[in-house]
Amino acid sequence: MANIISDETIEYVGILAKLELSEEEKQQAKKDMGSILDYIDKLNELDTAGAEPMSHVFPVNNVFREDVVVNGDDRENMLKNAPEQKDGAYKVPKTVEN
Amino acid sequence: MKKSILDLTAVELGRKIKEKEITVREAVEASLAQIEKMEASFHCYVTVGKEAALKRADEVQKQIDAGVLTGPLAGVPVAIKDNMCTKNMLTTCSSRILYNFRPTYTAEAVENLERAGAVVLGKTNMDEFAMGSTTETSAFGETKNPWNTEHVPGGSSGGSCAAVAAEECFFALGSDTGGSIRQPSSFCGVTGIKPTYGTVSRYGLIAYGSSLDQIGPVAKDVTDCAAVLETIASYDKKDSTSIERKDTDFTSALTDDVKGMKIGIPKDYFGEGLDLEVKKAVLAAADVLKEKGAVVEEFDLKLVEYAIPAYYVIASAEASSNLSRFDGIKYGYRTKEYDGLHGLYKKSRSEGFGPEVKRRIMLGSFVLSSGYYDAYYLKALRTKALIKQEFDKAFEKYDVILGPAAPTTAPKLGASLSDPLKMYLGDIYTISVNLAGLPGMSVPCGQDSRGLPIGLQLIGDCFQEKKLIRAGFAYEQARGPWKAPAMAGASGCGDSFDSRKEEPASIQTAGEEN
Amino acid sequence: MAKQYETVIGLEVHVELAAKTKIFCSCSTAFGGVPNTHTCPVCTGMPGSLPVLNKQVVEYAMAVGLATNCSIHQYSKFDRKNYFYPDNPQNYQISQLYLPICYEGGVEIETAAGKKTIGIHEIHMEEDAGKLIHDEWEDCTLVDYNRSGVPLIEIVSEPDMRSAEEVIAYLDKLGLIIRYLGASDCKLQEGSMRADVNLSVREAGTEKLGTRTEMKNLNSFKAITHAIEGERIRQIELLEEGKAVIQETRRWDDNKEYSYAMRSKEDAQDYRYFPDPDLVPIIISDEWIQQIRDRQPELRTEKLVRYRKEFDIPEYDAQIITESKKLADLFEEATAICKKPKKVSNWIMGETLRLLKERGMEPEEIKVSAGNLAKLIELTEAGTINGSVAKTVFEIMFQENMDPEQYAEEKGLKTVHDEGALRTTIEAVLAENPQSAADYKGGKEKALGFLVGQTMKAMKGKANPGAVNQMLKELLQ
Ligand SMILES: [Mg+2]
Ligand SMILES: [Zn+2]
Repeated sequence: MANIISDETIEYVGILAKLELSEEEKQQAKKDMGSILDYIDKLNELDTAGAEPMSHVFPVNNVFREDVVVNGDDRENMLKNAPEQKDGAYKVPKTVEN
Repeated sequence: MKKSILDLTAVELGRKIKEKEITVREAVEASLAQIEKMEASFHCYVTVGKEAALKRADEVQKQIDAGVLTGPLAGVPVAIKDNMCTKNMLTTCSSRILYNFRPTYTAEAVENLERAGAVVLGKTNMDEFAMGSTTETSAFGETKNPWNTEHVPGGSSGGSCAAVAAEECFFALGSDTGGSIRQPSSFCGVTGIKPTYGTVSRYGLIAYGSSLDQIGPVAKDVTDCAAVLETIASYDKKDSTSIERKDTDFTSALTDDVKGMKIGIPKDYFGEGLDLEVKKAVLAAADVLKEKGAVVEEFDLKLVEYAIPAYYVIASAEASSNLSRFDGIKYGYRTKEYDGLHGLYKKSRSEGFGPEVKRRIMLGSFVLSSGYYDAYYLKALRTKALIKQEFDKAFEKYDVILGPAAPTTAPKLGASLSDPLKMYLGDIYTISVNLAGLPGMSVPCGQDSRGLPIGLQLIGDCFQEKKLIRAGFAYEQARGPWKAPAMAGASGCGDSFDSRKEEPASIQTAGEEN
Repeated sequence: MAKQYETVIGLEVHVELAAKTKIFCSCSTAFGGVPNTHTCPVCTGMPGSLPVLNKQVVEYAMAVGLATNCSIHQYSKFDRKNYFYPDNPQNYQISQLYLPICYEGGVEIETAAGKKTIGIHEIHMEEDAGKLIHDEWEDCTLVDYNRSGVPLIEIVSEPDMRSAEEVIAYLDKLGLIIRYLGASDCKLQEGSMRADVNLSVREAGTEKLGTRTEMKNLNSFKAITHAIEGERIRQIELLEEGKAVIQETRRWDDNKEYSYAMRSKEDAQDYRYFPDPDLVPIIISDEWIQQIRDRQPELRTEKLVRYRKEFDIPEYDAQIITESKKLADLFEEATAICKKPKKVSNWIMGETLRLLKERGMEPEEIKVSAGNLAKLIELTEAGTINGSVAKTVFEIMFQENMDPEQYAEEKGLKTVHDEGALRTTIEAVLAENPQSAADYKGGKEKALGFLVGQTMKAMKGKANPGAVNQMLKELLQ
């Protein structure tokens, strides 16, 4: 299955993951991902048809919070970490075109 | 020969502080002096909060004197892996993308320690976002193995394990997603426990693979590990995957008695790829337990070889999503020049993350992407279910599974990074434990011909940490005291410091801790 | 146009639930507020923070599901929907894809064409995003996470609607049901109810669905109607020209009344859903479902049927009153006390609706209690106060909900039944207005009205108009 890693795949995954790779990094990523996926394909040897996909190891269910407001306002401290802020808000490049 | 403060274990130090033989300030100063002496050689820490630790030492002393703090860890200096949030103290995950992040809250596990009176010295180096097995993927430079500085300390909790080995703290917290406590503990000759999933709250632990991550203790011996685990284990309503347990009095299991304990040795852990010296030392440790009355036998633990591929799918998939929040908007690194919103995202992330992190984010995004989810992600989750079943079967017969923590002793610096797949294969003995949510422990059981430590791994059924502690403690009693490495003195490195070497060029270094 | 086309519409309706706190943290959901003051590490996506589910959200979602005839998934999970956008602090939205809480339901709508059932494919729970504020001054965007994490349900319909009229009837019906449940106020304009429209066209008579587009940002019935019409024409024109409709998301611009494609190579629509490892499954027992069922209020359809049986009021009144649970409750409770359904209905249909409209208020804001309304009706019926005084008193009750009897007593508004006093007053009025008296006697009926008015004025409104009328006639004979 390693041949599935094409230049387009790397480009596409870069868009999904919001990573911009240099040409050199792309070639390296193609190689690495190909060999890791080849190795992962080992899983195909295993018959898993009878097994349910297991997300959680323990059957913990129904963990809830009551609907009571307890949080205070910690805006000042949190905003201290923001690379850019304005008027108590996080500042980002313009999001809407036209 | 009189023991110096640094030679004491955490529990011994705690006792002497309580008995007023040593003050908290003396203990903290001793640790800070050791840090100053050794850091230039080992680089265990990313951040040291000297002033804060000294101030805290005096506060803790007052509370001990007032009889408010009475636990075994009151006044004992601790180092925290830098993926756990500490309020107002830099928390970087050894990544440029969080180079200046100061959380507004403290991780629950660390809070539990602070409530018990432990004094946080600083934050330890790690593989970037815990992705790696050598601590070389840190954006702030690698940590060196105190037993031999040409070798890696293992990872990803390499800084924590090396700091304990180098006596730059009395104990530390690490985190373990695929072996990140047990493998570096093995490489550094210290003792570490990865508890049952859900035992220690993950609140404030910066996630790598959420379904696998677990915080655990790294210490000089089993007694310390038990005391620390007892302190940090808690049911936390802030973590939905936290488990309410009543059996967290782990120190009660510190008994030198393994009579009748059934120990299984998986044949599959002793095959190809296992270093002969490691094999010998681990089997010798099994013999020690046998002599003490344990029933030791070999068995077939199937599916071991499928654990690594399943792990890399699951951990990378979760990581790709967990790490998407690092985008240069709310905190951390933002690139200087960019074109629009997506340019900001892409450039900040590409400059902020190192190659290993990018590799796993790419892999994780791919296996979840349209058309591949079933073939990779669901397949891995099904494999995980089968691996869990295999362990369930094994624990019907055995109390504890015994094997090596890693196939080799610590490799040389730079030897692993060139071939990521090979590095991943080094986690073969530890990874399945995380997939199945089990507790695992590494205890030093010898040295190879080069003097590098070897770790014995004990694996228990879920919620059976006490059996591990009992076996580990009994083994330790027979093995005898474990010495610290012979460390060459090193030059000092100044006052309170921030040892992150690789700042993004455009940004000035953040100031001292407050 | 030679060919006939059919429009096929499905809706994704987002409804903000009335919970006090956010879906995964204890921050307030209060509307407005200084930017980023209703936030914490969880709803701003701080590293290391973890979500914990609000139980009330699950119960609201179940209630809406049951009221819309859905089945409940008794094993339900949350999934992460991964995409980058600044209003989404974790860059994934916690939502439900694989096992949504409710599935396979439907509601009946009625349009001019008759009744019809619109299928509901599923209802899932998810978190809302933050608010993006465009800063004209610096030409940048500011992010406010106060809304981030506010609980939503997304109601996904089947593609069962064929016109804007049906879409609006469906939205009306959903809003009515959900308001009855108290699960949301469902205000389109304020964004507590939002609709994304999936629309395709196909040649009439064909089975196969055409390629659909999704339109977002529709926040009024007017926008929905115009967007549907515009998109329908756009797609038909494309097909007529032999071009293909592209599956895409389009954003409605309310000012320009035009939708435009949100196309960018950076927005690959590949959300990489997977179960959120930070949250555990929700297991819903039969008992829990029954509990929610038992708590469900009687919904409008059932109410209407019962009203027809129990109360002698016009169908039109019943329709209007049951459009709001608050009005229906007021009606039923007041009727239970005074046993005069038509009178109660009149007060609601008349003065209550008038005051609501005049003051731009919602029925939920009505202060008057059923007990006081019933009392007012009894006072009027008994002739203790007259009709116009009652209206004045009601207007004050509407705001302050005081006891009408006590109020009328204190302000001296009770009708005077003293015949002697009335006679004296009328005699004085006739003496002051001899021309009017003469006019009446000369056959001008209108003049009597004027004299009644003058008498009422002199009595400060406290007379019984009927009695005044009668006595005037008597004295003028
Ligand atoms: Mg949605
Ligand atoms: Zn919050």
